[in-house]
Amino acid sequence: MITIHEIIQLVFYIVVLTALAPLLGGFFAKVLKGEKTFLTPVFGKLESVIYKVSKINPSEEMDWKVYTFALMAFNFFGIIFLVVIQLIQSYLPLNPQGLPNVEITLAINTAVSFVTNTNWQSYGGETTLGYFVQMIGLTVQNFVSAATAIAVLLVLIRALKTRKGTTLGNFWVDLTRSTVYILLPLAIIWALVLVSQGVVQTFSSYKEVTMLEGAKQVIPLGPAASQIAIKMLGTNGGGFFNVNSAFPFENSTPFSNFIQVLGILLISASLVFTFGRMIGSKKHAWVIYGVMLFLFVVGLSVSVYAEYSTNPIFNTSGLMEGKEVRFGVANSVLWSTATTAASNGSVNAMHSSLSPLAGMITMFNMELGEIIFGGNGCGLYGMLLFVFLTVFIAGLMIGRTPEYLGKKIESREVKWSIIAILLPSACILIFSAIAMKTTAGLSSLANAGPHGYSEILYAFSSAAGNNGSAFAGLNANTVFWNLMLALTMFIARFGAIIPVMVIAGGLVKKNITPSSSGTLSTENLLFGILLLGVILIVGALTFFPALSFGPVLEHLLMGQGITF
Amino acid sequence: MKKQLLITIKYFVAITIVTGLIYPLFISAVSMIVFPGKASGSLIEKDGKVLGSELIGQKFESDKYFWSRPSAVDYNPAPSGGSNLGPTSAALKKFYDDKRKNFILKNSVVDTTSIPNEMFFASASGVDPHISPVSAILQVERVSKARNFDQSKKDKLYLLVDSLTEKPQFGFLGNAVVNVLLLNLELDKI
Repeated sequence: MITIHEIIQLVFYIVVLTALAPLLGGFFAKVLKGEKTFLTPVFGKLESVIYKVSKINPSEEMDWKVYTFALMAFNFFGIIFLVVIQLIQSYLPLNPQGLPNVEITLAINTAVSFVTNTNWQSYGGETTLGYFVQMIGLTVQNFVSAATAIAVLLVLIRALKTRKGTTLGNFWVDLTRSTVYILLPLAIIWALVLVSQGVVQTFSSYKEVTMLEGAKQVIPLGPAASQIAIKMLGTNGGGFFNVNSAFPFENSTPFSNFIQVLGILLISASLVFTFGRMIGSKKHAWVIYGVMLFLFVVGLSVSVYAEYSTNPIFNTSGLMEGKEVRFGVANSVLWSTATTAASNGSVNAMHSSLSPLAGMITMFNMELGEIIFGGNGCGLYGMLLFVFLTVFIAGLMIGRTPEYLGKKIESREVKWSIIAILLPSACILIFSAIAMKTTAGLSSLANAGPHGYSEILYAFSSAAGNNGSAFAGLNANTVFWNLMLALTMFIARFGAIIPVMVIAGGLVKKNITPSSSGTLSTENLLFGILLLGVILIVGALTFFPALSFGPVLEHLLMGQGITF
Repeated sequence: MKKQLLITIKYFVAITIVTGLIYPLFISAVSMIVFPGKASGSLIEKDGKVLGSELIGQKFESDKYFWSRPSAVDYNPAPSGGSNLGPTSAALKKFYDDKRKNFILKNSVVDTTSIPNEMFFASASGVDPHISPVSAILQVERVSKARNFDQSKKDKLYLLVDSLTEKPQFGFLGNAVVNVLLLNLELDKI
């Protein structure tokens, strides 16, 4: 049974998140618009230095095509740079362990993974990547991949607000402001708090010790805290160490656990209110936040219930397999729900060892398209695609031209929204089917029975949600898996960004019609329920059959005490 | 468009210096000044020799020491890892049954329903440094017997477990835990 003590911790989490999000969201709105704040004296200098050395004119406006070109160029360049430094890492400095060059398909997978904000890891951090690649390569992408998606969100907001315009802002300015005013200051605070709790930040080589009973043990170290802070805040999730935030050097105390799991949702939740501030409707922001929080709390409740139900095979409940004692069951499923609701993908417990239904919630969260808070920026623009659909469907039902914030939602918007929503879903289902039918796919499985199938479904759900967590028994470091997952991550990320840019390019040109008595209000409970309905119908219809072969079947068989 | 490509390269260098170099080095510098011990791994040293880390669990299998939780990586965290066995795994079932039987037998546990299941399931990291206070108390009799402790030393050991029990952080975060390595280091001093 869950204890009162654990319930208090879960409620405390939700209260702190909901209290901080509107405050931070308002602040984000200011800094993203370029207004002066207390950060300006120091970080403002940094901003102008970056513009100066890169020869950027911050007042230059871009239309959607130039903006998209700049964004894609920057992301492609990031992928190429990451691949190259991995291929030559043995010649680079800051590699005290003398780790060898990375194999090419693994290098491609890792590069795409970090640039797309997925941070799927086919490698073990301790044994594959030196400090140079982790710092100069991965930490940088942890920042800019999050900032890229915030930039895309800003474009969509401007498109909704501008009356008959053509330009949508400047990519470099949006990228820079998101990085230096939002991600960097928070990461500094987070990193230092983490070190105070015991998370390591050192450049010394690994320590070999003789354990008290005589056997040898190698203790891995590294500049971890700085990467972990941004890994949580930027909804990246790629661990410094192999088991991510379950490793005591990555997540040492219950408090370090709390601020990390808070970091997962904090920026994405705050951006909902940034959006509200920018479009001038706090109420609409609360409706969207409410829908997100509702989906989150339901998922969390089901997970807690599933974990505390008796597993007849072991005749016990609250199984501690793949969990750490300092966190316990409640903090482990709080994390598993949050990390998959946001497209974070870090873990503090092994998802593969969760009870079938708690495992199903993690998959379903990702399959909905990472819109329950979701990744920084991308969670909200993903949610806004569902809002367009909702407005469109509701408009058809009441026989009015669908409008959202005064902008007409027409076939172009709906068509591209559908493309962005269906592309990742198609990747998950089709690629899972391919993996199930090939030896290359099946030979990587660690578990038998429905759980083995779940490993495959989870991997593609994670890649398509740009999440990055895993049912980690799966041996994903093979040519087949590295390339298939890299492809999925790429399609899912840019298959959403480009449609959003196209939609923004169309919306910005439209006039804003003043609302009348016949306009569908997006500020009330009814709209929240409609939005929830659309999300669940799309998500459930697409994935219920796939989930029933995996976690649902496993749950039923577990009830009969069947093992594999 | 060519202009954007040129910016891309210059910008990439600039942002890499800021977030990939200045940021981690700044955090390292502050950490080394403010939290030197914690930043370098909470290492336990004795006479200049590193005995281990307070945060990294060690392998304890003999009757003379308190046992850690089972590890899927034999307590060698390079790389760290869990078993990743699922809730219907036959291998996990066998592992669990063996561990449980052994624990009950070796510790002569009478009330078998009260044992926390963490002692029969592998941790996530493979080096979980903690066990629950109950799991520690259940092992006191065995450890005392293996070390030929008299009653007064055994009482001391119970007190030691109690004094090394860490309460939930700030009174409500996480669970009460006992650090096995710290406990065993103190145990050697009795």
